[in-house]
Formats: sequence, structure tokens, C-alpha cells
Amino acid sequence: MIGLSHYLVLSSLLFGLGLYGVLTRRNAVAILMGIELMLNAANVNFVAFTRFVDPTFVRGHVAALIVITLAACEAVVGLALVINAYRHLETVNVDQVDLMKG
Amino acid sequence: MARLAWLIPLFPLVSYGVLAFRGRSLGERAPYVAIGAMALSALVAWAVFLEQALGAEPFVWRAAWAVGGERVITVGYTVDPLSSITVAMITLVGGLIFVYSVGYMHGDPYYARFFAFLSLFCAGMLTMVLANSFLLMLIGWEVIGLCSYLLIGFYFRRRSANMAQMKAFLTTRVGDTLMLIGIMALFWQFGTVDYHAVFESVRKGAKEASAVVRLGPWEVPVVTLTALLVFGGPIGKSGQFPLHVWLPDAMEGPTPVSALIHAATLVAAGVYLVGRAYPLFFFTPHHEALVWVAWVGTLTAVMAALIAVAQDDIKRILAYSTISQLGFMMAGLGVLGYTAGLFHLLTHAFFKALLFLAAGSVIHAVHTNNIKEMGGLWRCMPVTFWTFLAGFLALAGVFPFAGFWSKDEILLEAYHHNPAVYVLLTAAAFLTALYMSRLVAYAFFGRYRGPEHPEPDPWLPEDYERAGLHPPGHGHHHRQPHESPPVMTVPLVVLAFFALVVGFVGVPGTGPDGGSWIHHFLKFEGFEEAGIHAPSFSWPLALRSLAVALAGIGVAWVVYGLRWVRSEQVRAWIGPLYPFLRHRMYIDTVYGWVFVRGGLALATGLRWFDVHVVDGLVNLVGWVTVLLSRLHRLFDTYVVDGLVNLVGWATRGLGSLLRPLQTGRAYNYILVAAAGVAVLVLVSLWRL
Repeated sequence: MIGLSHYLVLSSLLFGLGLYGVLTRRNAVAILMGIELMLNAANVNFVAFTRFVDPTFVRGHVAALIVITLAACEAVVGLALVINAYRHLETVNVDQVDLMKG
Repeated sequence: MARLAWLIPLFPLVSYGVLAFRGRSLGERAPYVAIGAMALSALVAWAVFLEQALGAEPFVWRAAWAVGGERVITVGYTVDPLSSITVAMITLVGGLIFVYSVGYMHGDPYYARFFAFLSLFCAGMLTMVLANSFLLMLIGWEVIGLCSYLLIGFYFRRRSANMAQMKAFLTTRVGDTLMLIGIMALFWQFGTVDYHAVFESVRKGAKEASAVVRLGPWEVPVVTLTALLVFGGPIGKSGQFPLHVWLPDAMEGPTPVSALIHAATLVAAGVYLVGRAYPLFFFTPHHEALVWVAWVGTLTAVMAALIAVAQDDIKRILAYSTISQLGFMMAGLGVLGYTAGLFHLLTHAFFKALLFLAAGSVIHAVHTNNIKEMGGLWRCMPVTFWTFLAGFLALAGVFPFAGFWSKDEILLEAYHHNPAVYVLLTAAAFLTALYMSRLVAYAFFGRYRGPEHPEPDPWLPEDYERAGLHPPGHGHHHRQPHESPPVMTVPLVVLAFFALVVGFVGVPGTGPDGGSWIHHFLKFEGFEEAGIHAPSFSWPLALRSLAVALAGIGVAWVVYGLRWVRSEQVRAWIGPLYPFLRHRMYIDTVYGWVFVRGGLALATGLRWFDVHVVDGLVNLVGWVTVLLSRLHRLFDTYVVDGLVNLVGWATRGLGSLLRPLQTGRAYNYILVAAAGVAVLVLVSLWRL
């Protein structure tokens, strides 16, 4: 039967994938996607803990909804930054976006 | 009328303003402004004088000028017998001299300037006479000093004139400084400089024991010291010994200036001041300030008369004569002859102005000042001769001319109050008659000894040449001297008339109380208080002084007129006395050595001190500063800068060590953070 551990392993794998993506990719869009994966791993954890530890209330669900909203906002701001950076520098490679480096 | 007295100095002042700013465009018309102003001024002055003579009360007007705490300095004017008769004399003599100047200065390129200075002079003189306080008097006093300076140096291209004007200014300054200290002492003692208040305080103070100042071994009462300090001014201005040296040199100015300033008015200012401040002198313990005045005057009278006998320059003789006569006035005031001294001041102004103007007329004709180059002038210049003779008789003191009455008054007072002064003054009177007769004999009698073709003056200024003019007194050269134009001779005749008649106010019986009118008009109230009565006229004494005058004239006539005794022989008899007198008793020489050369030597010494010692010290300080600065720079370069650089290097070294950590790439930081989390997780797992 599928228990809490399964969910936790799944979320850990998902977080590890996201972290790997953020660390290895140079494309700004890909980094944003990695961050989305890590946020969703956290969501899986919230929901799994609610289901198995304290099912009476839906506190974890609420937290998950807030995180989804946050992720949407983050995506909007992040993509707007990327598009503007592309317009000015004609690249989405974060290594080349170094105008502010002394 | 007395309320209008402020107009008297105002007219000449306005004239000065007009001539100073519009003189150039007025040109030839400039004298009319000055003479018109003087005429108006004379009109008011005579009205004021006649009013006083008819018995009007003295009038004083004053207004607060400067207020400091409880002390108020006032400005205003005094109309009393003394000031009214003096302004009447000044405006009359001054006006006549202005008229004479029209002829004498004609053609001068600085015609208007001359009249501007004369007007300013008269304004200052009249202010000084009418002033109500020592302060306003001092202002007028300094104005006339300035005008004297300007007019002596009127021919400013002549070096001797420049020297003379400086000599006059600096010499009188010595006296003026003493007087200024005296006035400050008055203000310090009485808190006021108003004549009336000061004299009241002095009069009251005379009854008490006065405070004394210790001067070396002597104890001098403060009031006496103050009076003598104030007397310093008259000593300088009125050419009294030892500050008389400037007056003969002042003859460098044009002759009308000599007549106006150095005979009739400016030099009279000192005598007038002694008369005005008479209570200050009189109310000193035992009248001791007056004793000083008497002896200074007597010494001056005798000394100047002696020097005048051995001079050849006509103006210089008259200058020494002026000094001598001023000495007479001072002596007269000093021997309690208040009226006598001031009376002689008035008569002397008329006949000395006359003598100077007549001498100017002579110089105008013969182009020389040396009486030995004149001679026989009575034939070619009758008007000048007769008027000069009137002045001569008045000065010598021959009956009935003005000088007889006034000089006799002085001798009378001296006879009663100070016999030693009487003897010396009689000797001076004899000498006066002697040197004036010598002058007349040389200049007007005998034959003409002048050069047939006089040399043109070497100093002829280029201004005159450019204007195609001849300087005054140096007109067309004639073989025979000729009479001066009427504009010059008419004032002479008027003055000669006054030289004859002005003494009659001193004739006994003219006054309401049996005495003379002048004694009734000009009297000093303090005498009655002290119980001193003016001695009444005595015929034996008058005859004795007349005999002395006639003896002087007779001796001179024997030597210089009839030449029964050659003057060379007389010189041989008196031996070294002649060069002594000829060189003005070496007083000028001594002053030249002591004060002029001494001053220059002192200045040279001080300059050496300044250049070598003071500058040396300054330079030393400079060098030391530079040296210290160099040391400081070394310290700054190697120690202070070294420390600063050390801090810099240390910071940069640390920075370069840490710089590789700061890559600027976010994923590096994330990697480190993730690795950190992983390590923490592993540590916590291992603990469990």
C-alpha cells in the first residue's frame, strides 16, 4: 500500500531534479522551470503531510494553494525579466547577463 | 545786528566754494566774487562793530554740536568788543588787500586759485575770531594754517617756496600740538571747551589752592601749565621766539599774502587768542603765565629788531619787524596791558599791511628785493613813497601816527608793572626806528643803484612762458622804475589814511570817563576784581618814547642818509656782532643742524636699523620656517603617507585574497548553499 514515505521520496526526487536544473542550466527559462519543480516538490510535501498526519483540517491544502499563487507570480515576474533582458541583450544566457558586475 | 554775525565768515566761505569749483571759467572776473564777498562781510562786520561801540550788550549764540553723556560741546559765535573790533579790522584790511591783489597778481595763470585761497583764509580767520569755544577756534586756526601753507607755496615751481611752506607748516605745528594738548587739558579739567564756562571755572578756581603737577624739581600749578600749553599755539602762529623762524621765510609767497597773512591777520591770531583767553592766563597764581608771556614777547621783540638791522631783503626786514612788533603785543599783554597789547594789534595790522603792500609796489617796479639795489625811488614813485613813509612813521612810533599811541600804551604798562621789560622794549623801539629808517634811506633816497637791464628771473615758470605772461612783480623791464597802477596805489592811500588816524581812538580824553576810548571799549573785567588800575597816560613817558624813536631815526639818518659815518665803519666797530645778526643769530642754522639734519640722520639710522635688523629678523624667521617646513615635508612624505599607503596595501592584499570567492554567478552561490544544506543533513543523520 502506498504510504507517506512514497510521497516523501517522490518530492525529494522532484526537488533534486529542480535543483539540478537550476545549477546546471544556463538558459534563464530553464532555471525558472527548475524553480517551479522545487516549489511543486514542496507542495507535494504539504499535501502528503496533511493527508497522513492531521487529516481533520486542510491546513496543508491552503499552504499549497498559496504556494501555487506565489509560483504564478514568480513566473510572471521572472518571464518579464527574461523577455526584457532578451530585448536589451539578445540573449537569455544568464552568464552573459553581467551588466551589473563591476 | 549781532545775530547776523554768523554771516561774516560765511560770505568768504561761499566765495571760496564758487572760486574753487567755478574759478577757471570765471577767469579774469574771479576777483569780483572774492571782493564782493569781502565787501558784504565787511558791511556786516562794521555794523556789528558800530553796534558794540555804541554800547550794545555782548551777544553769544551757541547750539549743542556733540553730546557725550553730560558733556556737551557747543558751536556758536561770540560778539563782544574784542571780537567785533577784530573782525572789523580783518574785513577792512583784508578787503583792501584783495583789491590790491587784482593789480599785483594780474596775469597770473592761477589767478582764481589765488583768490580762492585768500577767501578761504579770511573765512577761517573770521571763524577763529568769532568762535565761542576753543574747539571752533581751533578749527579756524587750522584752516588759516593750511591757507598760509598753500599761499606761501603759491609759486609752487620755485623750490625755495616749497621749502618755505614746509618750514612754516612744520614749525607752527610744534606750537599747535602744544595748544591741542592744552585744549585737551582744559576739557579734562572743566569738562567743556566753551570760552565762557572755562573762564568762569578758572576765575572761581583762582581763589582756591590749585592742584600742582610735578615736573622734575618744579611744582607747577595745573592751570598755569594748561595756560602755557595753550600759549604754545600763539608762540608758533605769532612768530614768537623760539618758533619765529618760519615767518621770514614765509615771504616767499606773493606780496599781498605777506601783507594779509604774515603781517595783518594770521600772525595776529596768536595775539588775539591770548587776548581772548586772557582770564586763563590772568587767573593763574601770581599771574605767572602772564609773566612768561611778557618775557617771551620781550625777548622776541628785542631779538627780531636786532636781526632786522642787518638784513638787506626788504620783505625780510619787514618780516622781522612783524616778529618784533608781535613781541611788543605779547609783552604788552604780559605786563597786564590787556588793552595796550590788543590796541597795538589793531594799529599794527593797518600800518604793517600798508608797509608790505608798498614794498610790493616797490618790488613790482624794481624787480628786486634787495634794498641796496634800489635808491632814489621817492622821485619815480611818489604815491608809494608817501604812503610808505606814513607806514614807517607809524611803525617807528612818531607822533601823531597810530604806532605812537599803541606802542606808548605798551611802554606805559611795562613801566608800571615790569621795569626790566620796559627797558628792553625801549631798546627794541629804538632799534625799530633804526632799521626802518635804514630801509627808507636805502630804498627811497640817494641815487638809483639797480642794474640797467635786469636779468630775467631764473625760476620763470614754464606756465608763465606758455601763457606769454610775466609773473607778478616781474613785468616789462624799464630802465627807470615807474609808479604802480591805481588799483594798487588806492589801497595804499586808504591804508595810509588809517595808519594816521586809527591811533586816535587811544588819545586820552576821547573816552567817556576821561581816559581813551579804546580803554573804555576794550577792557578786562578781571582787573577791577583784582584791584589793578590801568596807568593813566603820562606826557613825560610819551615824550621819552618819542625821543627814543627820533633818536633811532636820527642815528640811521646820520649813517645811511647823510653818510657822515660809513656803514662799513659801523660794522668794523661792532665786530663779530654784524655777522651774528646778519645770519639771523644762527638760530635757523642751529635748527637746520639739530632738527632738519638731526631728523634726517635719525631717519637714515632708523632706515639702516629697519633694513638690517628688522628685515634681518623677518628674514631669519622666514628661513627658519622654510627649514622646519622641509623637515616636516620629509616626515609627511615618509611617515604619514607611508601609514596611509600601508593601510591601502593591506586592504588591497586582503581583497585580492578574497576576490576569487566573489564570482558574480548565482548558481555558484546556490551550489555552495545546497552543498551546505547537504552537509548539515548528513551531519544530523550521522548524529542520529
